[in-house]
Amino acid sequence: MVASIQAVAPHDVALSVRDLTVNLPQGMERTHAVKDISFDLKRGQILCIIGESGSGKSVTANAIMGLLPKVIRLSSGVIQLEGMNIIGMSPDKLRNLRGRVVSMIFQDPLSALNPLMTVGAQIDEVMAAHGFGTPQICRNRAIELLTEVGLPDPELMYHQYPFRLSGGQRQRVMIAMALALEPTVLIADEPTTALDVTTQAQILQLIRDIQRRKGMSVMFITHDFGVVAEIADSVVVMEKGNVVEQGSAEQVLKSPKHPYTQRLIAAVPHLTGEDRPRPEAASKEPILKVEGLVKTYRGGSALFGAQRVVTAVNEVSFELAPGRTLGVVGESGSGKSSLGRLLIKLLDSDGGGILFEGCDIAKLSEAKFRPLRPRIQMIFQDPFASLNPRSTVGHIMTVGPVAHGMPYAQARDEARALLAHVGLDAGAFGRYPHEFSGGQRQRIGIARALMFKPKLLIADEAVSALDVSIQAQILQLLDQIQRETGVSMVFITHDLRVASQICDEIAVMQKGRIVERGPPSQIFLNPQAAYTRQLVAAIPGERPGNARPVAANA
Amino acid sequence: MRGFLLNRLSQSLVLLVIVSIIGFGILNLLPGGPLAQFGLDPGMTQQDIERLKGLLGLDRPIWIQYLDWAWRLVRGDWGHSFRDGAPVLEVIGSHLFATLLLMGSSTAIAISIGAWIGIRGATRRYSLFDYLATVGAMVALSVPTFWFGLVGIYVFSLKLGWLPAGNMSEIGDASILGYLHHLILPSIVLSLVHVAIWSRYMRTATLDAISQDFVKTARAKGLSERRILMKHVVGNALLPMITLAGMQLPSVLTGALVTETVFTWPGMGRLFLDSLGYSDYPVVMGLLMFSAILVLLGNLIADIVVAIVDPRIRLA
Repeated sequence: MVASIQAVAPHDVALSVRDLTVNLPQGMERTHAVKDISFDLKRGQILCIIGESGSGKSVTANAIMGLLPKVIRLSSGVIQLEGMNIIGMSPDKLRNLRGRVVSMIFQDPLSALNPLMTVGAQIDEVMAAHGFGTPQICRNRAIELLTEVGLPDPELMYHQYPFRLSGGQRQRVMIAMALALEPTVLIADEPTTALDVTTQAQILQLIRDIQRRKGMSVMFITHDFGVVAEIADSVVVMEKGNVVEQGSAEQVLKSPKHPYTQRLIAAVPHLTGEDRPRPEAASKEPILKVEGLVKTYRGGSALFGAQRVVTAVNEVSFELAPGRTLGVVGESGSGKSSLGRLLIKLLDSDGGGILFEGCDIAKLSEAKFRPLRPRIQMIFQDPFASLNPRSTVGHIMTVGPVAHGMPYAQARDEARALLAHVGLDAGAFGRYPHEFSGGQRQRIGIARALMFKPKLLIADEAVSALDVSIQAQILQLLDQIQRETGVSMVFITHDLRVASQICDEIAVMQKGRIVERGPPSQIFLNPQAAYTRQLVAAIPGERPGNARPVAANA
Repeated sequence: MRGFLLNRLSQSLVLLVIVSIIGFGILNLLPGGPLAQFGLDPGMTQQDIERLKGLLGLDRPIWIQYLDWAWRLVRGDWGHSFRDGAPVLEVIGSHLFATLLLMGSSTAIAISIGAWIGIRGATRRYSLFDYLATVGAMVALSVPTFWFGLVGIYVFSLKLGWLPAGNMSEIGDASILGYLHHLILPSIVLSLVHVAIWSRYMRTATLDAISQDFVKTARAKGLSERRILMKHVVGNALLPMITLAGMQLPSVLTGALVTETVFTWPGMGRLFLDSLGYSDYPVVMGLLMFSAILVLLGNLIADIVVAIVDPRIRLA
């Protein structure tokens, strides 16, 4: 395009980043979002950039797209795209490249599309912005693209609004949009993180197929080594704004050199077909027995118009022995979270029974159930939203027990002891939640639940929002607590790998029903139900016969 | 969509009945009552007052009075003014035009200028313009309207002599230009506070829309900043503003008490104030019902417009 710019990269490199440094505004944790990073994206390859939250991987992607927020400045380095250095390029020239030479797809397909515009109009728009042709040509091309990404009934899809589409379908629309002008480079920023495991497998397949068919170069950002194992040709590992290791996928996955990479790979939960050892003195009487539990949601108006009835939990039955852990796995909408809420009576059930220590709590009134509440506690998913930001940790932990009649002095002493027990220093008592990291907050959440000395813990996606290395620590903590206190656990998760780490028994839910229940050895090695087989097959990086490079089951 | 409309309409009707009961109850249970003013008249004996009560039906139990009043309201008979015997609907009608003119123009000014300031402030956040707009809005919100009105009259009418100090027109002059001349000062004064409110809401709504992921998508597609703003940001930012505009509708027709008084503008606000002073219960109740209907209508219209604009509601 501009002759004066010298191409430094050899011809087979689509994108090359050299010594890129991006400053952060003053007063942040670090001075640099990324520092002196260099890597090449070879033509027709998939490069995975992997790192935990805050590693600078998204900043790198945004720098390449020229989409950094104004407060974050590129301070030095070279980004060569198709032989052009895009650093210092005028905003207009950059805009001309975006969507045409380099496109991007994002993490959350639910919010990445404009809710007020049809799918077709949003695809047309990118072509119109780059002068692709008449509206008729754009429209034909859009329908061709919708067909290409495997959406059903493309002609109809063209006129649909995004809210009518599922998450996976919306991500397909995003991909269609990104492909519209056949860009050289596609940047995918965690495009499957927000999707269910089976949808994730389909989208990964689609990206790989399209990449091969078109010989496109893909820069794929992820935090999941399973995904890396699925699609990467080469890998860049980032930690705190630095590239700590890079190489071919095989090299990095099988013989990681840098300790951080080794730690990360070791922390990735893998499917274990092994069952947990049974505690010796297991009593026969189940602590929790659920029989034919039903919950239906009613939407719309009963008086006017159509009423929607969704059966979220449908005739669910299971038993849980004291000191054991039952995993409830399923995709979004399977009813697993509703089940968790029913068990702790945050929701009222519409039928069936919940026998907790032989007493049916499903039919108890709130007032009658209240004395039992301390016995059943919950650990929530989002460690950021589940702690009141205006209360000190000490207040969060003691307010419940005090309300149930514990003297404050005793509650305070127990809270301090528990904080130390979950791996926080006793000074945490007087501090506020925002002073802690995600993993630390989840420890507070666990300590809070333990204040009541519960018999049963319901953990709803308790580690899903955490980085893998933190995830492993929290799982270990839960395991340790169970061994010490003999608490029973219902562990709700969408991640089968996590479930296989911690559960004695796993219930697979689909559309409100338990389709299969059994020990991990059955669920993962010898699944009986077709849906379970489908779920297990979709786990990234866990193809059968795929010898694990690192035997890492900490 | 039809179910949604029926639903909202029936809710509105129920609300209207509740408002009418409360309004009627409060007004009639207040000490004094409609005939209190005659108590001060030495020419009226207790017997006269009793006779008047019987004539007006005020001696019946209150719930019968209410049912009677409500039934006539439904049939279109809103009663007669105590002051001059004119039908209430006619009284309201004769003041409606003045208010519509004043409030319509000031609201149009407020919405267009307020939205512009809000969008510009949001897209140039923390710029000089944004700071000035913020400070300006604070001033406009904290200084009472009558003060702006008085200063306006002092400067533009008394000192400069450019604009009339009050009324809607000169006696005997019914030309459009005459109306407009009288309209300028009060509508600008009245719009000041609304510009402030609208610009603040619009700024927040625009900032919300700008931070949405789909705006980032639009940038990644290589759209021009102008198109991103017009097509992706403003459209989504206006959605919450529709509801706000719906809430604005009643005040457009019921008038502004203070401004109409300062500028002796013959609108609904002054009618309400005067009727209260005269204990003109039929007119006061009529105005109350009129504004209640408008509030519900405004919200209903806003809901319908939102449903038309937002496919998530329209097609759900």
